[in-house]
Amino acid sequence: MELFELITARSVPDAVKSQASSATAQNGADVRFIAGGTNLIDYMKLNVERPKQVVDINGLPLDRIETTEGGGLKIGALARNADVANDATVKDQFAVLSQAILAGASPQLRNMATTAGNLLQKTRCVYFRDTATACNKREPGSGCSAIGGYNRMLAILGTSEHCIATNPSDQNVALMALDATIHIEGTKGQRAVPIEQFYVLPGTTPNRETVLEPGDLITHVTLPKLPSGTKGVYLKLRDRASYEFALASAAIVMKHGSGGRIEYVRVAMGGVGTRPWRSLEAEKALLGKPATPASFRAAAESALHGARPQSQNGFKVELAKRCLVHAMAQASQNA
Amino acid sequence: MATDDKDQQEPTSSLGRLSRRSFLTQVSAAGMATAAAAVTPLATSAVAEPQTSAPPVAQAIPGSVAVKLKVNGEVHAIRIDPRSTLLDTLRETIHLTGTKKGCDHGQCGACTVHINGRRVNSCLTFAAMQQNTEITTIEGIGQAGSLHPMQAAFVEHDGYQCGYCTSGQIMSAVAMVKESWGAEDHDVKEAMSGNICRCGAYPNIVAAVQAVRKMA
Repeated sequence: MELFELITARSVPDAVKSQASSATAQNGADVRFIAGGTNLIDYMKLNVERPKQVVDINGLPLDRIETTEGGGLKIGALARNADVANDATVKDQFAVLSQAILAGASPQLRNMATTAGNLLQKTRCVYFRDTATACNKREPGSGCSAIGGYNRMLAILGTSEHCIATNPSDQNVALMALDATIHIEGTKGQRAVPIEQFYVLPGTTPNRETVLEPGDLITHVTLPKLPSGTKGVYLKLRDRASYEFALASAAIVMKHGSGGRIEYVRVAMGGVGTRPWRSLEAEKALLGKPATPASFRAAAESALHGARPQSQNGFKVELAKRCLVHAMAQASQNA
Repeated sequence: MATDDKDQQEPTSSLGRLSRRSFLTQVSAAGMATAAAAVTPLATSAVAEPQTSAPPVAQAIPGSVAVKLKVNGEVHAIRIDPRSTLLDTLRETIHLTGTKKGCDHGQCGACTVHINGRRVNSCLTFAAMQQNTEITTIEGIGQAGSLHPMQAAFVEHDGYQCGYCTSGQIMSAVAMVKESWGAEDHDVKEAMSGNICRCGAYPNIVAAVQAVRKMA
């Protein structure tokens, strides 16, 4: 690990100012915010992240979980994953988020990791982690060792010829299915970004993963109220029963009317995309259709229509479809 | 490897007057004295000259920072490299070596301690970030002769073989019984999934944890 200066942020504007001098807010930033530290310190130990300054934001008042006037939820950037997962309102009204968080990491890590830190969780691609290998995400222009290399865990959706790294988060898949909005304070003031627009595809610049600019501090995440009668399900398939990243996962939020037709649906996937993956195609295929296995299979087919498997992860195409079908069936059952 | 008064005063094992740590320290002191870690400088005194003066400081290291850590109720004013994790600081600077370093990347749980009563991986936080918190290590939950119920249960149920993961397992388990989990064995397995035991003592660990939960 390289030497850095540890700075304590006293206020949100103070934190924004501290990071504004960084050349980038993306991979390889000179100045890094630190909250839980579970991801950043891991990568600093590997010399993948080498910030010159680390800004401790744990003292900022951003850890509340509150209901909003419209019946939605406001989750502070520093709310710990364990606290969000065990929050009574989250468990009751946004259960898919609680399920997703509890499907990830370990109890110790969930006690440390924060909502915003999880939003910015880095890929676990082994080549990103290993500075001895080529990786366009870590070192732009150096190449991608994963294409044609060890890519069993990597993405089949949203890839480019420059990067096939998977977004590893479970939380973010649920937030996709819940239409979350990311609230950011930056050098030009506050702004709100729908999670759909927060993550960018790797394209020719896989080092850029989000819309964040230098000085941008995520302050909170908001969730709109769900239509009454919706049911949320998070299903995660992985090599071990616990404490393992997803090979494929699905977050489904669904409501069907008395006639059995689907009135409201959100479909998001994890473990298969270069970003938390929402499938508008699957949602379109389901809306107005009867909640039957045939509808679910058709939707799953459309969700994976554009999949581009690599040398070792072709199995993920069918696995992700079955994951979706299974999760949709669970979500269609009355709570 | 450095030593201090605590090494001399620590409880003896049932095998005799020498504790496991003291034995290992004496056997390896000569070889280890020259192998002090670069990140967290150690005093280099050998075991033959137990250090009785002030705790070692890192003033020679540019960029070192003064921190106060409250560990097991006791405040330690120390100077450390800002890169020092809580784990390394506990072991190498404060000399509380009950907390173990396994993977050093948050994957094994051997370094589990409590911060403000919550279990965390001490390898994934910088010590300088924990100045206003209450840190509890395995040394803070029980003593020889008055074991914490979880320590006693691990002995009773043979919840270890080599013992390297045990302090992390016990710290994790002590916190886990206060969290909300289901009553079944599979709930304990999920709740303890952040602690790896490569000897495979899992069934006995589950038995120990369940025994303590049933006492409550």
